[in-house]
Amino acid sequence: MTILSPEHEVAEAAPAADAQSAGPRTSIPSKADAAVGDRRTLRKATLDERFNLVGSLAAAIALATLLFGWFTPMTGLVGWVVVAFVAFIGFYSLLTALRSDAQEVRDRIVTVLLVSAGVILFSALVFVVAYTIVRAQAALPHLNFITETMELAGPLDPLTTGGIVHAIVGTVIQIAIALAITVPLGITTAVFLNEVGGRFARFVRTISDAMTALPSIVAGLFVYAAIIQLITHQRSGFAASMAITVMMLPIVIRASDVVLRLVPGHLREAAYALGTTRWRTVWHVVLPTARSGLVTAVILGTARGIGETSPVLLTSGMTAVLNLNPFSGPMISLPLQVFDFVKSPEPNMVARGFGTAAVLLLLVVGLFAVARVIGGRGPGQLSDRQRRRVAEASADDLARMAQSVSATPLGGGAPATSTTPIESQPSPKEPSP
Amino acid sequence: MAVIDDRRSLAARPSRADSAFKAVTFTAGATTVGIMLAVGLFLSLRAGDALSVAGPSFLVEQEWSPETRVFGIGAVLFGTFSIAIVAMAVAVPLAVGTALLLSEVVVGRARGFFVSLVDLMAAVPSVVYGLWGLFFLQANVIPVSQWISTYFAWIPVFRVSDASGDVLTEASAFTSSAFIAGIVVGLMVVPTQTSIMREAFSQAPVGEREAALALGSTRWGMIRTVVLPFGRGGMIGGTMLGLGRALGETIAVYMIISPIFTINWEVLKTGTNSVSALIALRYGEASEFGLSALMAAGLVLFVITLVVNFTASSIVARSRSGAESG
Repeated sequence: MTILSPEHEVAEAAPAADAQSAGPRTSIPSKADAAVGDRRTLRKATLDERFNLVGSLAAAIALATLLFGWFTPMTGLVGWVVVAFVAFIGFYSLLTALRSDAQEVRDRIVTVLLVSAGVILFSALVFVVAYTIVRAQAALPHLNFITETMELAGPLDPLTTGGIVHAIVGTVIQIAIALAITVPLGITTAVFLNEVGGRFARFVRTISDAMTALPSIVAGLFVYAAIIQLITHQRSGFAASMAITVMMLPIVIRASDVVLRLVPGHLREAAYALGTTRWRTVWHVVLPTARSGLVTAVILGTARGIGETSPVLLTSGMTAVLNLNPFSGPMISLPLQVFDFVKSPEPNMVARGFGTAAVLLLLVVGLFAVARVIGGRGPGQLSDRQRRRVAEASADDLARMAQSVSATPLGGGAPATSTTPIESQPSPKEPSP
Repeated sequence: MAVIDDRRSLAARPSRADSAFKAVTFTAGATTVGIMLAVGLFLSLRAGDALSVAGPSFLVEQEWSPETRVFGIGAVLFGTFSIAIVAMAVAVPLAVGTALLLSEVVVGRARGFFVSLVDLMAAVPSVVYGLWGLFFLQANVIPVSQWISTYFAWIPVFRVSDASGDVLTEASAFTSSAFIAGIVVGLMVVPTQTSIMREAFSQAPVGEREAALALGSTRWGMIRTVVLPFGRGGMIGGTMLGLGRALGETIAVYMIISPIFTINWEVLKTGTNSVSALIALRYGEASEFGLSALMAAGLVLFVITLVVNFTASSIVARSRSGAESG
């Protein structure tokens, strides 16, 4: 088993072909003395197009400012932006129409509309996040905010006392319990859907797809009525993690199902052809191949689970003290703490709410970034470093096998694995050590 | 000719490890189904008490007082849908435009960056959107609401009037409305819709795209004749999946609205309600029967989102298979 990069061989083969082409055979003309002109850029906008864009933008801004400042009694930033935008589209289509036909004008206008939809959407989304981070500046710089609890801090206390460590710990405990249930159950179910199959598997898939539609508040209501009212009679971290589990399980199952479906069938068939049992195939071939995708699925599910507020609202209860026992007493989590803080009219509590939201946001973004680094690659596709490591390992194997082949006649203690096939078939690509 | 007496059975006898493997995975699948069915069955059973008392009028009655046995989700269901419709009016144009932008206009590394940004935004917790809606949008969107109600009051939905029919103009009549909640929920569902639509658009076959361009079509002509028809299923499905999320959204709505229990046609006016906000509002004070009534409301919401989601995913799945064969 050697994995050598094909480019390597090609690079070696090319000069050899050049050397042979000196003969009377078909030859490739040398490009060395041919004049090559400058490469034309096909994508760049022409001066005309750029003038249309800049000119109509300037005209639109000028018109809107004139209308708002001098000619009409209109006021307000939103109105100005809307008028400027409409004027921009008008001027732009007019300018384009001077040089092009109706089709092209329509094309330009649609492009402008698409770009503006994108700009509006991305600026709104980035603004939502940035607004939270900026408003969090009041609370976040105080170190006590992430080391203390709210036990001794009242609504009127300054930001230098009190913190949210109890909510951070609560979130970690709740999500850990939820993960301890969802990861084994979810991935095993996904394996069942893909590797075992059958009529019941289709039923399971339908039901778990249906459950992704379950509104989160209804999941919370279910846990509240079924677990809190009937069994535990008190709100607890455990009940909250049950609610999060009900929400996360379908997400993890669906995402892992998609990842497992992408594992190439020939890998499975190769394993079966070697006489492997089904269980060993799953454990040694399917799951390792899909590992990065599965990790991504779990992390994205975690990010969703951490942010769930409404099921936790009904099940975990509110508290200002640190509670490490998930089975008794209320245990607050980050999103619920945000909700609790901003219900208060006190500016300090609102500032704490934004600080908590920023911590939550950083956690989610961090998880997402980790998921992107690990995942983002289909099953079986290796990163450059992994590919290099595999190539090194197979080169090592080859050297080891070559050694044991040459060692066999001398010593009887050769490993059982290196026997006849290697002697009868010396690898043609064997690198010289 | 040899006579074949008995055929060899070709069915493999599973090893012990394999039987165990099969049993374990089967158990996991059964457990999952068990949990899911338990949720559904429990909800239906507990909702049964309230539904049998209220009867069919549960869907139209506006008042909510289970203690006096007069309750229904007429008003909250109306509020849920009015918020969802505003959300769709905000979200769908943005989602279609951005999805087309990402699949047709932006190329190279920038596309990958924006696609991940959209995915990231779908993971931002709803409480963060709620905070933004409550503390920023509320104050800044009121002039817009006032402007719309001033110039479009001849459309009944945009009128803002009090009980006697007089038109209201002061800012306090415009806070906590279905309009504001709808904008926030709309922003929340845009990323989901965008990523589904973008995927559908980018699956439009290259052959047809190039054929359209080779016939002299502009980019918009190509989008109109190739990308949009092939992506129609994805557009409808993505819209409906977003609608399902918008109908079930709780915390952002709960933070913004001021709850009322009458049908409010005027989306710009203060006061609306939604099924999930109702549950979040009343679960704590509910008696045994009140809880059953809330369960019934939750069950109705679940059935609605279930229908919306299943329709959506079947449309998405069908459009995908069509695109591949084309």
